[in-house]
Amino acid sequence: MSPSSPAGGFWTRRDFLGVAGGLVVLFSAPPSLRAQAPVTPDWKESIPADRVDSWLALLDDGRVVAAVGKIEAGMGVSTAFVQIVADELRVDMECVVLVMGDTASTVDQRGTGSSNGIVEGGSALRKAAAAAHHHLLGLAAEQLGVGVEALAVNAGVVTTTLRPGVGVTYAQLVKGRKLELALPKGVETKSPEHYRYVGKPVPRIDIPPKVHGSYEYLVDFVLPAMVHARVVRPPQAGATLLGVPPDFSSPGLIEVVTQGNFVAVVCEQEFQAVRAARSLVPRWSTPAPRFPGSYGELYTHLAAGNPGVSESADTVGSVDEGLQASARVLQARYEFPFQSHACMGPGCGVAEVKEDSATVWMGGQKPYSLRRAVAKLLGLKPGRVRVVWMAGPGSYGMNDADDAAMDAAFLSARVRRPVRVQYSREEGTAWDPKGPPLVVTMRGGLSTTGAVTAFDYEARGFSGRLRASSTEEPGDSLLGQMLGGWKAKSTDRFQFSTETYRFPAKRLTSHLLPWDHALPTGLRTAHLRDPDGMATCFASECFVDELAAAAGMDPVQFRIQYLSDQRDRDIVHAAASRAGWESRPSPNPAPGSAATRRGRGIAYAPRNGTTVAIVTEVAVDTTTGRVRVERFVVAHDCGFVINPASLQGTIEANLIQGLSRALHEAVAFTSTAVTSTDWLSYPILDMTEVPQAIDIEIVNNRPDRPSTGAGEPATRPIAASIGNAIYDALGVRVRRIPFTPESILNQLKPTPSA
Amino acid sequence: MTPTITFELNGKPTSVPIESDTPLLYVLRNQLGIKGPRFGCGLGQCGACTVLINGVAARSCSVPAEGAAATQVTTLEGLASRGPRTQALEARHVVQQAFIDEQAAQCGYCLNGWIMTAVALLEADPEADDARIRGALSDLKCRCGAHVSILRAVKRAAVLWRKVRK
Repeated sequence: MSPSSPAGGFWTRRDFLGVAGGLVVLFSAPPSLRAQAPVTPDWKESIPADRVDSWLALLDDGRVVAAVGKIEAGMGVSTAFVQIVADELRVDMECVVLVMGDTASTVDQRGTGSSNGIVEGGSALRKAAAAAHHHLLGLAAEQLGVGVEALAVNAGVVTTTLRPGVGVTYAQLVKGRKLELALPKGVETKSPEHYRYVGKPVPRIDIPPKVHGSYEYLVDFVLPAMVHARVVRPPQAGATLLGVPPDFSSPGLIEVVTQGNFVAVVCEQEFQAVRAARSLVPRWSTPAPRFPGSYGELYTHLAAGNPGVSESADTVGSVDEGLQASARVLQARYEFPFQSHACMGPGCGVAEVKEDSATVWMGGQKPYSLRRAVAKLLGLKPGRVRVVWMAGPGSYGMNDADDAAMDAAFLSARVRRPVRVQYSREEGTAWDPKGPPLVVTMRGGLSTTGAVTAFDYEARGFSGRLRASSTEEPGDSLLGQMLGGWKAKSTDRFQFSTETYRFPAKRLTSHLLPWDHALPTGLRTAHLRDPDGMATCFASECFVDELAAAAGMDPVQFRIQYLSDQRDRDIVHAAASRAGWESRPSPNPAPGSAATRRGRGIAYAPRNGTTVAIVTEVAVDTTTGRVRVERFVVAHDCGFVINPASLQGTIEANLIQGLSRALHEAVAFTSTAVTSTDWLSYPILDMTEVPQAIDIEIVNNRPDRPSTGAGEPATRPIAASIGNAIYDALGVRVRRIPFTPESILNQLKPTPSA
Repeated sequence: MTPTITFELNGKPTSVPIESDTPLLYVLRNQLGIKGPRFGCGLGQCGACTVLINGVAARSCSVPAEGAAATQVTTLEGLASRGPRTQALEARHVVQQAFIDEQAAQCGYCLNGWIMTAVALLEADPEADDARIRGALSDLKCRCGAHVSILRAVKRAAVLWRKVRK
């Protein structure tokens, strides 16, 4: 998008340099010049959240700059931000340019995570824009000599019925100065019935430039005199570097950088770096195996190993007594594998480190913490470091973006040139932080009449914050681990299912096993979309289905009977009703032909105020073991929806990515290395497997309901819903993700006619 | 001595010096200012780098630049002039228009591959139905899971295409 025509509302972070001397400074030079703009590296330690001018600036050409401490991960939140600001300020969306995730010019909102873009970023912008609106009305009233109540604003022009034909624009009122205004505690926001954009299916502002190839991604970013680096990884997890050939040469090579176990080549041209990295053969030690040898071994270790820490939750009555008194006791073990972010583009980072300052361009979700980590790495004050978010290749939690950015900062400091690091596909799949594996043992008791007497959930896994969910310390990054001498800020993240079932006896337990030795490896565990949610829900919601089947009850009725939360009962009911759910127990008494069995399943899960239920209809080919999802029906309650069109896209993408994870994805490894290295060894869903029908029911979309986030919640119940549908079709329970043809056929073998 | 290759890029005669064995993708992006095709795997497995070479969809990460000599290369940036275009005020290639109409993107990083492959498909098979479209797009990757909207977009593009061509 050309900088002089931000139609659609984008401004790259580099354009907006905040306010200087009370005037808004905005660079609108061509990109190549912008990069050279003389920017003072005396960036503020932080941008105060309680100032209106931290969020908004009104330019003298009529544009409104909105700055927010969130990023666009591809779900359309930037459009929602622009909708909100345009509505509160009463300007056209086309006038709003958006700045996201630049530590020098946006408030530190801890970046994006936990589906909180709308919840935190949207509400902050709404308040700031509303406050600015009231302030501008006051100025206009003074200038026009009328009362505020006699004013109306349309497209940034304030008019009054008392003086027809006379008006004043926001720009004339502000005169290019910043809005010297504290953010009031309580501020009256626009009444929802007057919304012009909010709540409407406004087309996403980022899609036309993406379709035309003019959207600027981090990978497109070029600095003058920039050089290119590739990192060389050890062949075995935990190997130490013994040395690199001292006489190594390769065309365009600037330097082979080594420190600790970190090895990288820096070259003048990009493909020269690719060549050099391929031909450099460092000597590495042969360490003792760091991983279990297979998933079988891993799950046995998780199930039997000593937990480092344990925690219980949602304990009601005595589960042990309840189980003892039961007429029937069910027990089952559920297993969930390591999964990779495997982003479309492997990690990329660009850095320009100078004598006493550093600028880093990154594609991750948490630029603000990364700034502190870069400052520590380089021995600079945070005020001398600027981290600028630019669009990456999708982002589903803590992927490899921060690692690449840290590498770039380190290498730029070493070679004193601007450095661009681009990871290989192998690094993007084998070396990104992984969603953690989980083993859950479920136990439940039923009375003689089929009532649940006890419910026991016992999860054993590795913390998904072994690799922290933001990079605060150099040791949190792979770079810090490879350099050595830096500590990771790992924390315990217990793995509980979320649901609101009420049973006479209930207990959830989460055990975390030590996994620190995986920190410098491709199996370090981290947040992956809806961290732990799909795995914990898979165990819990499939086992609820097992109880319903054992009690001879319909799975929907069973859930509604035991759910304690009305919204949760409603969401289950809404999904079933939209799906045309036939009330009967599973398995399906008429699953179709012997060759293709059909079934349906349901699962539900609340997540941070949003609640989702998914009905899945599957066809299972009993000869090949292939599971085909024919239809998803989703009931989704995230309160008031800012943009229904974006929400639909976000829910659909959650379903497809979730379906991929449930059917295909398990990171392969041996005892010494990750062996998933590309799209052949880490297959994901393809277009032929996309369901023929997806029906989405949006529930409680009303302005009086808070907007509670939609980036991840629909991911949570997917694996469970598919698992329950497979059981309905086959009458056998598959308790391990992914549902591969082999695992289906294995389950069918002992009881082929079950 | 650095060899130079000559080819037609988005309709314009283009000469560029290349280092031997450098994939076309790097030459396009780093030497010719083309940003539509993107690096995704370097292995020809994902399609993010797709361009049309003489009208055939090719993975530019796996085509040595020499291989493009004396060919016609079309990238995402050149689709509007290649056509068919919409009749609207802002004329776009019908496939690009359909992707906008259907809001067919999440992060958009892979989008180039889907659009270019869809163009190649519809140029060869404007009557493509659901099964043929799915088949033709089956070896492209989208990690965000935007498949549903992409499938809708390509079907819509097929309809637009037939209308424009009539």
